[in-house]
Amino acid sequence: MNVLIVAEHGGGTLRKASLHALAAGREIARRTGGALHAVVLGKGVGAVAEELARHGVSVHAADAPGLEHPLAAVQAPVVADLARALQATFVGAAATAQGKDLLPRVAARLDAGMASDVLGLAGEGQQIAFRRPMWAGNVLAEVEIATPVKVFTVRATEFPALAREEAGTVQPVAVTVDPAAQRTRHLGFRELKSERPDLTEARVVVAGGRGTKGDFKPVEALADALGAAVGASRAAVDAGWVPNDWQVGQTGKVVAPDLYVAAGISGAIQHLAGMKGAKVIVAVNKDPEAPIFQIADYGLVGDLFQVLPALVAKVKASR
Amino acid sequence: MPLKLLVTAKRVEDPESKIRVRPDGAGIVTEGVNYKLNPFDEIAVEEALRLKERHGGEVVVLSIGGEKSQTELRAALAMGADRGVLVRHDGPLDPSVVSALLQKVVEAEKPDLVLLGKQAIDDDQNQAGQYLAERLGWPQVTSASKTESLESEAEQKKEPGLLLAADGKTLTAMREVDGGVETLEVGLPAVVTTDLRLNKPRFASLPGIMKAKKKELKELQAAALGVDLAPRVVVRRLAAPPERKGGGKVKDVDELWAKLHEEAKVL
Repeated sequence: MNVLIVAEHGGGTLRKASLHALAAGREIARRTGGALHAVVLGKGVGAVAEELARHGVSVHAADAPGLEHPLAAVQAPVVADLARALQATFVGAAATAQGKDLLPRVAARLDAGMASDVLGLAGEGQQIAFRRPMWAGNVLAEVEIATPVKVFTVRATEFPALAREEAGTVQPVAVTVDPAAQRTRHLGFRELKSERPDLTEARVVVAGGRGTKGDFKPVEALADALGAAVGASRAAVDAGWVPNDWQVGQTGKVVAPDLYVAAGISGAIQHLAGMKGAKVIVAVNKDPEAPIFQIADYGLVGDLFQVLPALVAKVKASR
Repeated sequence: MPLKLLVTAKRVEDPESKIRVRPDGAGIVTEGVNYKLNPFDEIAVEEALRLKERHGGEVVVLSIGGEKSQTELRAALAMGADRGVLVRHDGPLDPSVVSALLQKVVEAEKPDLVLLGKQAIDDDQNQAGQYLAERLGWPQVTSASKTESLESEAEQKKEPGLLLAADGKTLTAMREVDGGVETLEVGLPAVVTTDLRLNKPRFASLPGIMKAKKKELKELQAAALGVDLAPRVVVRRLAAPPERKGGGKVKDVDELWAKLHEEAKVL
């Protein structure tokens, strides 16, 4: 069964999350005996399409001025029409802000059921099923999509990224789009730049919570010493101490780094839902009964204002 | 310009309740579980109330569920919604079916704006609003939020996060996307799904709770709305996630450092 993955890009480059979605797509194609296709939508997407093709993918490039901004109502008809033309049984994307915005509209157009935030696959052929989290990851559901077309989004951290291999192909998709007809206008985008690695891609994450009492300097200092990304609990974000996009959790970012250091974070279920996929978890908290110690591989009961600087000193001394 | 607002209020398991899978894997254990209004829908209800307080109009709150969903509808009415609609159906429904039912209510009520929480914290699907928007051919803004702190003056004054143009024809909203914050303008009628920090929902006052008892709560039967209720996403089985056991405590930074290098080998 054929698979079509919607690949995302930003600032002229392919988003890494899409390579993880493509890996899931390749696996589905393999288990169902079909071909893998990708679609890129935008204005001036040649370079992104070429980059995708270098991963051995059949790429369809929908390039039009009206597609300059990722507006779900404008993109959905293009993706749905292409899915039909390619006889795609599966249509998917990474579970990013864009993917979540767009794919249900595509599903509606294709009269398809949809599974969000897929973590794994089960079975093959007609019986292929998706595993996805429910109740903030407290339950893992195995679901089958009963409609002829099946739409999904993929949790990028659960599938290794597609590697570059033999050359794929790039074909243009003829499109006519009229954003005005969709009554949606993009008014602006304020980039939140960071010198640090992307939270969802970083190998190491240092996160702070209520225990920082608003002072994230020790957290950031350790992150910078380790070349890590900085995360936060919902409490820290709600208090206005740190930006929203630092939030790790059920409804924030889901991360799966090699090392997650949780400083001054008690370990509410919703936070754990966003980081329990980390390979190694370190918890630093003054409260020996904090729930986070139940899942931390290494727990240190102590004051983060002493422990984190001491760790920074160790890092610097080891260079 | 007065607005007619339709907002959803789903009854979901209280996240403070322990959620466990039944031994047969066919559902979750419901005994001892508490229920509440989906927190994201609560934010949607609050936003609807603020828009009505600023611009005038009516807030109709809608739930799809069993008889007990009346509780969540009364909670939204107590916050200040004007009337409620309960579409009766026992058991879970997947988002595409929910959107078909919502479409029927939209066609009857003809709102200017439909507000939903971005996801229900039971199925965590984050699809219904988008499905609905596409079915209706309406524009959408998903995960609408704002960047100002919830401690700001505007928030204390309960100002809406969604901005209605002076002519009442378009709405401006902000949403977080990867790498930044996006501002979109949509023409009404439209669908908006709400995310954390769009607002801080109010508590129902005692007078509000008393008034809610007398507000209209209409019941419709899902089976009578001409929608195919058959599930499109069929749950084959539920399982507990792989358990992650804690490793225990280390006594100091030296021990932690040593273990991270020698044992865990992540540094």
